[in-house]
Amino acid sequence: MFDAKTAKKLVEVRDLKMHFPIRSGLLRRVTGAVKAVDGVSFDIFEGETLGLVGESGCGKSTCGRAVLRLYEPTSGSIKLDGEEIATAPFDKLRRLRPKMQMVFQDPQASLNPRMTVAGIIGEPLMEHTKLSEKERLDRIYQLMDAVGLNRDFANRYPHEFSGGQRQRIGIARALALNPKFIVCDEPIAALDVSIQAQVVNLLEELQDEFGLTYLFISHDLSMVRHIADRVAVMYLGKVVELGARDVLYDAPLHPYTEALLSAVPEPDPVSHDEANRIILQGDVPSPANPPQGCNFCTRCPKVMAICRQIDPEFREVKPGRFVACHLYNETRPETAGNAAQPTEA
Amino acid sequence: MPDGATPFVLDVKDLKTVFRTRGGEVHAVNNVSFTLKPGELLGVVGESGSGKSVTMMSLIRLLPMPPAEIRGGSVMFEGQDLARVPEDTMRAIRGARIGMVFQDPMTSLNPVFTVGYQITEPLRTHMGLNKAQAADRAVELLELVGIPDARRRLDDYPHQFSGGMRQRVMIAIALACDPKVLIADEPTTALDVTIQAQILELIKELRQKLGMAIVWITHDLGVIAGIADRVMVMYGGQVVEQAPVRELFANPQHPYTRMLLETVPHIRGERQQKLRVIQGQPPILSKAPESCPFRARCPQAFDRCARENPARHDVGPSHDAACFWDFKAGAPRNV
Repeated sequence: MFDAKTAKKLVEVRDLKMHFPIRSGLLRRVTGAVKAVDGVSFDIFEGETLGLVGESGCGKSTCGRAVLRLYEPTSGSIKLDGEEIATAPFDKLRRLRPKMQMVFQDPQASLNPRMTVAGIIGEPLMEHTKLSEKERLDRIYQLMDAVGLNRDFANRYPHEFSGGQRQRIGIARALALNPKFIVCDEPIAALDVSIQAQVVNLLEELQDEFGLTYLFISHDLSMVRHIADRVAVMYLGKVVELGARDVLYDAPLHPYTEALLSAVPEPDPVSHDEANRIILQGDVPSPANPPQGCNFCTRCPKVMAICRQIDPEFREVKPGRFVACHLYNETRPETAGNAAQPTEA
Repeated sequence: MPDGATPFVLDVKDLKTVFRTRGGEVHAVNNVSFTLKPGELLGVVGESGSGKSVTMMSLIRLLPMPPAEIRGGSVMFEGQDLARVPEDTMRAIRGARIGMVFQDPMTSLNPVFTVGYQITEPLRTHMGLNKAQAADRAVELLELVGIPDARRRLDDYPHQFSGGMRQRVMIAIALACDPKVLIADEPTTALDVTIQAQILELIKELRQKLGMAIVWITHDLGVIAGIADRVMVMYGGQVVEQAPVRELFANPQHPYTRMLLETVPHIRGERQQKLRVIQGQPPILSKAPESCPFRARCPQAFDRCARENPARHDVGPSHDAACFWDFKAGAPRNV
């Protein structure tokens, strides 16, 4: 089992920002920015799974892509195994690529329909290794065995496989270069319930076998509770809470985490009758025009006056437990002292 | 009973739908039977390809024919068999007496017409209201589904609404003509959980206010647990189990239902170390099944399952399952 105290940090993300410019007018001048990821910091320890959860548009996928530098981040630092990725020049980055891989959401779209399975799994080997043809084929077979694909299917094309099997091909490709770190971006979202469990179990088995570290991005909070060791919750471009799985699910600190968890319908009719659901009002604001103060202040059931003025700092409130919320400010600014009572939204 | 002898608003018997494609036939719906009582919410659960959507699309005849063909069965609604009425009659029922809400509110709303136009359209065609009356009713409907500032928003286009708000608009359109039955096909699947919670709350509220019967199609067992009165589980184009919601979750009698309940992780309570897996793939429905469609993935399967397709048997009060295995006795069922 994973232990955060003894483990070493494999990935360190500090104040990562990924802003996409908004251009308008005849001259396509930059008139604003979509702050998809707006200053997130977290560590991922070797051998653990960090779950990254949030609703659509919160920036979780962008964050996962930026961490692998599939985007050019606006600012911030990303270290993998101590080496800086965010600003690494092209040749160094290429040398680092085999260590970090990605499994995509839609196995249909992320596999080239004109390549055979062997071609798809073998492509990273062609790019990054000097294996002979025979060695490469052996490695491809080995990978197909590891993810539970029949070797006889090596010369088939992606369309001949079901969704779950296609995701296995994507996983085999990600494993080809013996990576240390894999970003799994909604790897099960496109799959049926009975197939999801197959893929999740496979990811867990591979983690044990090869000592992999995962960033597991998902909107499925129940599945993240199953697979993750620690969980980060994102809202409108920021991580609002981060903590060990059990404490976060049992006693969430941030009002958004609390509302999000209470909104998940449990497959048990009895618990529904007893549940005291928090129904959030309204919608998520636009990341191009986030509200002043805390990003969650427009929907927060516990909003205070200070929340509409000052953006809360993301800080460690208990060992290993990070939260960005004024409810946990021991040191409130003097000016907001009287106004810190809950007010009607 | 307002509509004659039957206590049901909808009574479907042995419905069979076949798609004729170039690659041969696909038997998407095989002898599906179910009933719906007034005011009841029936949850229909199944994976993609299980036939849950095609069943509901067949009974309101919304499938393109060809390639689809309703090969048998009856759909009794208000004293008429919808499988046999002429298309004109069907048009008068669809959208008026039977309302529909689909999964993706973006693709089911027309992007070039205002929301107001799209809500008033069924009011004017089905209920013969004039423009002003229809607009008043549209405002009422939008307020009913919780859209603030409704009158002003009539002139907005779908893209000016968020996903959750669009789904509210879809529900308002479906409710426009006061339907007796509402068919909701994965209406919250495309929505985020916090927005889904809002819509589920709205549906519960509307049921109390309006008292219509609802068929709710979903693959999400959590949603079903919270909203349904009764649940029908579909697999391979057939109904494999049907029971009141609490009974189904507490006492599932078909191996597929039992396994399905064990494959989903829980958000509260004890955390499973390993998820249960249903090995294998769903069946390909190229011909009408002569054996149990779940046989290849079933841990309980025995020789009889390969020879016969089990019919639905009563396994408890208002609870039936299509399986030869008796879990209570731990032996094959005597049927």
